Amino acid sequence: MRIALFITCFNDMMFPRTGRAVTELLERLGHTVEFPQGQTCCGQMHFNTGYRPETLPMVRRFSKVFAGYDAVVTPSGSCAGMVRDQHRVVAAQLGDAALTEAVERVVPTVYELSELLVDVLGVTDVGAHFPHRVTYHPTCHSLRMLRVGDRPLTLLRAVKGIDLVELPAAESCCGFGGTFALKNADVSNAMLADKMRHVLDTGAEYLCAGDNSCLTHIGGGLSRLRTGVGTMHLAEILASTEGSVR
Amino acid sequence: MSGADNVVWLGTPPFPEAARAALADTRLRANLRRATGTIRDRRLAVTAELDDWEDLRETAAALKRRTLRHLDRHLLRLEETVTAAGGTVHWAADAAEANAIVTRLVRATGENEIVKVKSMATQEIGLNEALAEAGIRAYETDLAELIVQLGGDRPSHILVPAIHRGRSEIREIFRRQMGKWGRPAAEGLTDDPRDLAEAARLHLREKFLRAKVAVSGANFAAADTGTVVVVESEGNGRMCLTLPETLITVMGIEKVLPSFADLDVFLRLLPRSSTGERMNPYTSLWTGVMEGDGPQDFHLVLLDNGRTATLADEVGRQALSCIRCSACLNVCPVYERTGGHAYGSVYPGPIGAVLTPQLVGVENAASLPFASTLCGACYDACPVKIDIPEVLVHLRSKAVEAKRRDRILPTPEALAMKAAGAVLSSPRRLAALQRLAALGARLVARDGRIGVLPGPFARWSGTRDTPAPARESLRAWWRRTREEGRTTRNGKSR
Ligand code: SF4
Repeated sequence: MRIALFITCFNDMMFPRTGRAVTELLERLGHTVEFPQGQTCCGQMHFNTGYRPETLPMVRRFSKVFAGYDAVVTPSGSCAGMVRDQHRVVAAQLGDAALTEAVERVVPTVYELSELLVDVLGVTDVGAHFPHRVTYHPTCHSLRMLRVGDRPLTLLRAVKGIDLVELPAAESCCGFGGTFALKNADVSNAMLADKMRHVLDTGAEYLCAGDNSCLTHIGGGLSRLRTGVGTMHLAEILASTEGSVR
Repeated sequence: MSGADNVVWLGTPPFPEAARAALADTRLRANLRRATGTIRDRRLAVTAELDDWEDLRETAAALKRRTLRHLDRHLLRLEETVTAAGGTVHWAADAAEANAIVTRLVRATGENEIVKVKSMATQEIGLNEALAEAGIRAYETDLAELIVQLGGDRPSHILVPAIHRGRSEIREIFRRQMGKWGRPAAEGLTDDPRDLAEAARLHLREKFLRAKVAVSGANFAAADTGTVVVVESEGNGRMCLTLPETLITVMGIEKVLPSFADLDVFLRLLPRSSTGERMNPYTSLWTGVMEGDGPQDFHLVLLDNGRTATLADEVGRQALSCIRCSACLNVCPVYERTGGHAYGSVYPGPIGAVLTPQLVGVENAASLPFASTLCGACYDACPVKIDIPEVLVHLRSKAVEAKRRDRILPTPEALAMKAAGAVLSSPRRLAALQRLAALGARLVARDGRIGVLPGPFARWSGTRDTPAPARESLRAWWRRTREEGRTTRNGKSR
């Protein structure tokens, strides 16, 4: 399968190791991964903060750059949700018929990583090895926009050596919410505090999620408090093998 | 409709500021966490019992949206049927008009006090205050409303207006205030819930038996029969609806349903979504007046107050489907931390964040659409499937547009967004920025983490470490390891 990687602007700059993990993982499973260099951003920050016209060029670019692949994969539930739910809205409201058509063509090929693995590629055991105690936080957008359900957990359960522990109140929001964390910093911090307490209660070495933005928020708090709990993107755990050093 | 003559908005500071104050109140947070947690769990349990819950939601949502599309027709029909049943219908365009109508009606009875069964619509228009100015005293009879009224407070939850109060606080309020309003609380009142309920019962009974005029809200009204419905838990409402001689109901125009038969689905949805009960203890239905039984004079005030304007917005109008069950409040992580007062409106929580700005004009409540992480829990809980996140984002863009229109100079945020937009829509500029950021971060980061950041990021970095940009972006890594010396295929990689 010819799969395009949409890394997302945030991961590209802050967490390239997640993109490398997705690439390694998919190649290990026998697929070709391409990285269209023309890609930039899904436009979510602008859209969700109310700057809709500014989103339009990003929507145009996305539908052009990612046209024609068997599948487009992205290691972010949030950005996948933006493309899937909102690009249509932008195209309809501010674009033209041609853009709407282009969006409609590309959207069905866009998958978040766990969806691609389980639904499209039909694998749940990706042959990973990760001998650590891990707890999983289902990020809001993968949970409620994409409805990835327990696909990530199914994948994690098949990882060799992993000690997967349940996160209390897993489904409550961590308080990130993009620009919410800046605009309503105090509420965001209160939510973060509860999330961290739950993570610490599990005794996990790593907190895992399918979105580096939420992990940055929670991980930033865990690091500030010197808890020693690390954060790791789902792709990185799934890419780990016995040979790799983690 | 301008914000000025519209009382929904109580004029508290913008949400982030009000929220900060609320967060500092640890007792408030504990009360909220306990209360919302309990109702949340109960709701999940009773909705899980029904296999057709999702179908019910779908049916209710479709019915509400269909009704809103032909609202004018249903309202005219309602006027006809209520009038035919011996009631009188009044139309109120805004708060001032509604208050004037009710004041005039009460005055005509010669009374100077009334009892009330909880009605958000009357809080929305500030009826009690308007009546007080006319020398008429209004007594709230719903237990939680009573606590709020005696405490000189504002409601902070749609269903449990005194959710922010603990038992001992309630005891204090009763002991201090009841005597000033009527029958005082008994000596030696404890904070046992039964003791508190008994004190309220005795205090209210005196009011019920004396009252000649009552004002109520309405949960629903059926256009084909002219029947008005109030759903409640305590039976105090039923006292108001049956004992007085004159009954005045103030109802938002969106509460009408085409037919009596439509009540079926809503009476199943509402109690399960709101209190987590299979059925609420009291459902009162009345149709006009019945000679020799109950109030002999019935008035229905149909309130617009920003609703027609809301109806005109294709995305935003779904907020008018709301049946005020409060399920969205109880699941909202933001509401759980701040409580209702921070929203500065009688409609707090997620529904308040989308309804209030629409009723008063988004520029008058511009911080509310941003009072959400867009986590989506409210949408999943809403029995009539209002896509609250969709409306929030829609209103955010309207708030931003309003600022763009009203200001000569763009806001710092708008400038930042514009700059970010320019970078994010060009891979070349993005790559250049990535190189620059990687370089800059190396100068300030310690072990790959950045401590304190400037400007708008200061509050963020006060409690969180920020990771430094990577030394090599994925884009650059790909170029270096995968594409060097190779021609790119089919021009995809520009
Ligand atoms: S928006 Fe939905 S969940 Fe919230 S109060 Fe209204 S009906 Fe209930």
